[in-house]
Amino acid sequence: MPDYKLKIRRFDPESGGAAYWSEYDVQVDSERSVLKGILDARDRQDGSIGIRCSCQAAICGSCAVRINGKTALACNTAIGEAAAKAGPGNPIVVEPMNNMPVIKDLIVDMDAVHWKKVQRVVPWLLPEGPPPEREHIVPAESMIDITQSMACIQCGACVGACLALEVDDEFVGPAALAKAYRFVGDPRDGQEAERLKDLAEDPHGMYDCTHCFACIEVCPKDVAPMSQIMRLRRRATNDFEIKDRNNGYGHEKAFVNIVEKYGTLHEAQLLPRSFGDGSLIKGQTEPGAVRELIQNLPTVVNGLKSGKVSPVKALYHHKLPDQRNVKKIFEEIESKDERLELNLYIVAENSAEEEGAMAEGSQES
Amino acid sequence: MKLAYWPGCVSRGFTPELHGSMNLVAPKLDLELVELDRANCCGAGVIAEHNQELADTLNARTFAMAQNVEGAVGMMNICSTCQGAQSECQQRLDADSGYRDAVNSNLSAENLAYRQHSEWWNKNFLWLLVEEIGLDKLRSKVVRPLEGLKIAPFYGCYIVRPTKRLGYADHPERDQYLDYVIEALGAEPVEYAGSHKCCGFPVITMNRTTSLRQAGRHLADAIDAGADCLVTPCPLCHLNLDLQQPAAAQFVERDLDVPVLHLPQMVGLALGLEPKALGMNKHVVKTKSVQRKLAELAAA
Repeated sequence: MPDYKLKIRRFDPESGGAAYWSEYDVQVDSERSVLKGILDARDRQDGSIGIRCSCQAAICGSCAVRINGKTALACNTAIGEAAAKAGPGNPIVVEPMNNMPVIKDLIVDMDAVHWKKVQRVVPWLLPEGPPPEREHIVPAESMIDITQSMACIQCGACVGACLALEVDDEFVGPAALAKAYRFVGDPRDGQEAERLKDLAEDPHGMYDCTHCFACIEVCPKDVAPMSQIMRLRRRATNDFEIKDRNNGYGHEKAFVNIVEKYGTLHEAQLLPRSFGDGSLIKGQTEPGAVRELIQNLPTVVNGLKSGKVSPVKALYHHKLPDQRNVKKIFEEIESKDERLELNLYIVAENSAEEEGAMAEGSQES
Repeated sequence: MKLAYWPGCVSRGFTPELHGSMNLVAPKLDLELVELDRANCCGAGVIAEHNQELADTLNARTFAMAQNVEGAVGMMNICSTCQGAQSECQQRLDADSGYRDAVNSNLSAENLAYRQHSEWWNKNFLWLLVEEIGLDKLRSKVVRPLEGLKIAPFYGCYIVRPTKRLGYADHPERDQYLDYVIEALGAEPVEYAGSHKCCGFPVITMNRTTSLRQAGRHLADAIDAGADCLVTPCPLCHLNLDLQQPAAAQFVERDLDVPVLHLPQMVGLALGLEPKALGMNKHVVKTKSVQRKLAELAAA
């Protein structure tokens, strides 16, 4: 059996000492997991290594850690591959997840962050009206849209990897927002609008996601939390016209309106339109919008001073030669009763021959 | 090498020095760029957030135009965000023929259609440099090695995640290319915490604090690791790291003042082009320190 070197970050807050590194040589088959390596080290060399684990089969979601800097389930990461990633001569580096306090060694406090945030989104069904006499029957296609978010095993890998949480610990975060969509998208839930309004209005809610794809990258179950956050936004703006004070509604409308009008992005209009619910006039006259614009004034001045932005460019933007055609595409697609979406979680990738799971509008609009 | 070329919106808007420098660098690398001047915005993920079919149709339109450029080996972009947003749409278009047909039907009035073809590609200039031009050829073209310059790579999220969508199965080292290019040009790549993190630009209008804390933190990390400047293949990252840098400094409560180069500017410097021609005087954070260091090295 091949030898692997594990370098584990150790920390015991009760000891009063600082964090430190321990290295262990373990003999494990290359296709066995990093978790197997850690458990071997614990069983045979150092019983004090702290790691939380249970099923060892990527089902229970207990053993998320950082392996060579990337968040993953230790049981779901082949030790041979981890060693290859570390590079020849380098140990496999195992650390606790980011964004959560360490209880001991590789064990983080999931209650303090992950579970608290999941609680924040009211993670249970809130049906409307009296319960049906028998089971609540829904059409199968109406569930396609939320199947992906239902696959979550609550391992917290996305929470540990989230780059917005790294600078804003109040951010509701990827796991909780994916869970929120699981109920927003459920046809049996009666509080869709209230849930969306709550998460749109929270300054650390759905519009605090910076679109960095870190959660999509690390999720062991392909839940793609960021895609669920985009679904929340899509419903909030398009189905419920929720105008939030984070300019999320305004930003989306502004961007879409500009590209519909010009074909390419006219950045100078993006700020005022974002602050004016998509409207240029509103964005330059309403007190709230003007206040936001003034906040951005130093940046605008810097742009002008550097010669990046000329006053002419700020005021005038070329339309594409075929802009009529682009505008027509917007008009035709936007006038459809239902949105056409392809859910890749349901469609096998590159299965061009197979019939796809196209959801003709994920809900009644 | 003939290429259909999608410069994106921001490279012709608020970072004109990016488009300009790419146009000067292309002939030096024997690239013939056919600009897609009728193509539309990629949507930057925002149009997909609004309406997926709309985003996919707009990018299918661009792909179809690129595929119609006679003799082009593929399509090139110079923006990580365009790369990511377009790859996302392409993934859906390639995955399902029924969906592709539905999207293409929106383009029939213009007689355009995106044709799925495993050999057809859309690559950021960074990927093209390594995979199509090759680092050896790039090295052979260097007339002004950037020796002694410490450059911190800033990749931009859209070009590094998700790896499954962005061709990492076939090209597992794409998240190292910027380091490779910096080395090939004679400079020293700086290792620091923020190289593959988020610049914060997507939320600059929605949560300014989150956005500028991110930008400020990565800039500070790069400075602390000894960087003379940063380089990025993404103009949106450039906006948050350069245009917003004075504001970002306030959010992390320290001085920053580190220049941020566009990828073609860095390549152009090593290929002998003059900083002014590359638009390096059009940055908010002055690039004089980089120019001075290069001049000192040349004199030494």
